[in-house]
Amino acid sequence: MSGGNDHHGHHHHDHDHDHHHDHDHGSHLSETDARVRALESILIEKGYVDPAALDVLIETYETQVGPHNGARVVAKAWSDPQFRDWLMRDATAAIHSLGYIGRQGEHMVAVENTADEHNMVVCTLCSCYPWPVLGLPPVWYKSAPYRAKAVRDPRGVLADFGVSLPGDTQIRVWDSTAEIRYLVLPRRPEGTEGWSEEELARLVTRDSMIGTGLALTPAELQEQNA
Amino acid sequence: MNGAQDLGGMMGFGAVVPEPVKPLFHADWEPRAFALTLAMGATGEWNIDMSRRARESMEPGRYLTSSYYQIWLSALESLLAERGLVEPEEIAAGRSLHQSRPVKRVLAAGDVAAVLARGGPSDRESDAPAGFAVGDRVRARNMHPTGHTRIPRYCRGRVGVIEAVHGVHVFPDVSSTGTGEQPTWLYGVVFDGPELWGEGTDPSLKVRIDLWEPYLEAL
Repeated sequence: MSGGNDHHGHHHHDHDHDHHHDHDHGSHLSETDARVRALESILIEKGYVDPAALDVLIETYETQVGPHNGARVVAKAWSDPQFRDWLMRDATAAIHSLGYIGRQGEHMVAVENTADEHNMVVCTLCSCYPWPVLGLPPVWYKSAPYRAKAVRDPRGVLADFGVSLPGDTQIRVWDSTAEIRYLVLPRRPEGTEGWSEEELARLVTRDSMIGTGLALTPAELQEQNA
Repeated sequence: MNGAQDLGGMMGFGAVVPEPVKPLFHADWEPRAFALTLAMGATGEWNIDMSRRARESMEPGRYLTSSYYQIWLSALESLLAERGLVEPEEIAAGRSLHQSRPVKRVLAAGDVAAVLARGGPSDRESDAPAGFAVGDRVRARNMHPTGHTRIPRYCRGRVGVIEAVHGVHVFPDVSSTGTGEQPTWLYGVVFDGPELWGEGTDPSLKVRIDLWEPYLEAL
């Protein structure tokens, strides 16, 4: 456990896993752990999964695919008006041109934040998320508080993230109920004229591409690196 | 089905708790459960809609008190049992007790990158004409199917405007039963906040939802 939350530590001793009576009421976590180990060894024994493939899958999302991909897309859109137009017109192709393609990003749409409108992406029904550009979703994205609140009270969600927008900013929430995946193109922070794409990409946070945050300002970036 | 997965608009869960990008996983078993789910998905024994159906079939109390990878794990176990691949007593015993039939495909380590890159596009060719066009006003149907569906409860009976025509996509209500894809027109429909949530709603709110044609009626 880490990250200071206990999303995995709910204490419900009797609601599932009724075949592990031989443990005492140990933590839910260790029960789940035992269950996953059992399942993995059974699936390998039956020849349904290749253990080496499991390692490659994990390694892919731990090291290769993540929000640094999306940050590159955003930085390019900020720097190159033609790419920005292509991204807004055909996000799947524009994103593919940077090498980000495939599972959970088959049909991409980019939505652009402006001075008048702020976009936020949610999946109220499950955890749909644009994997090729953002990687795997954070716990909060898949959890009840966000999925329940985003479509009804997005300003309340923004407040949970410490973000406040002017009252006359239109807020548009995108509920990912089909296989279309949405990427928010955040506003380019002021004071970044002449920055290279690599420099700009460092301002682009995961949350700014979901719409629960804004891109970092140069001062915020400096503070983060201090 | 009107299960616990359909969370839009519920109250009382408290604040959203932000978290940093790393660590990606929060317990040792999580990456294993994640990889097992993807590897078994790649066998072709079920599709993504069947997976979602399995996840949201969890008893609501359990669903709401499980972490998302626990929900995945539970759904994986039920799909394996449904397909006759792994019996619950084998998971309890921690080992294979029966000889089981082979799966259609096994994901090899060397194929992971290609399989992920290919993904699973849901658009299909079709000659069927679209029933709606951009700008049409529509009402989301008041419907309560007992099987899997992707029309959230919070928009049912509400009036919106077609803003995008996404093309013809696999229809989850049918695909989730494993009886075919029934490709169907899919639209982006925008709803005003006050139409969804009533008086007192922030008038600056709009919600855009992707909805298949059978979820919509013309106005």
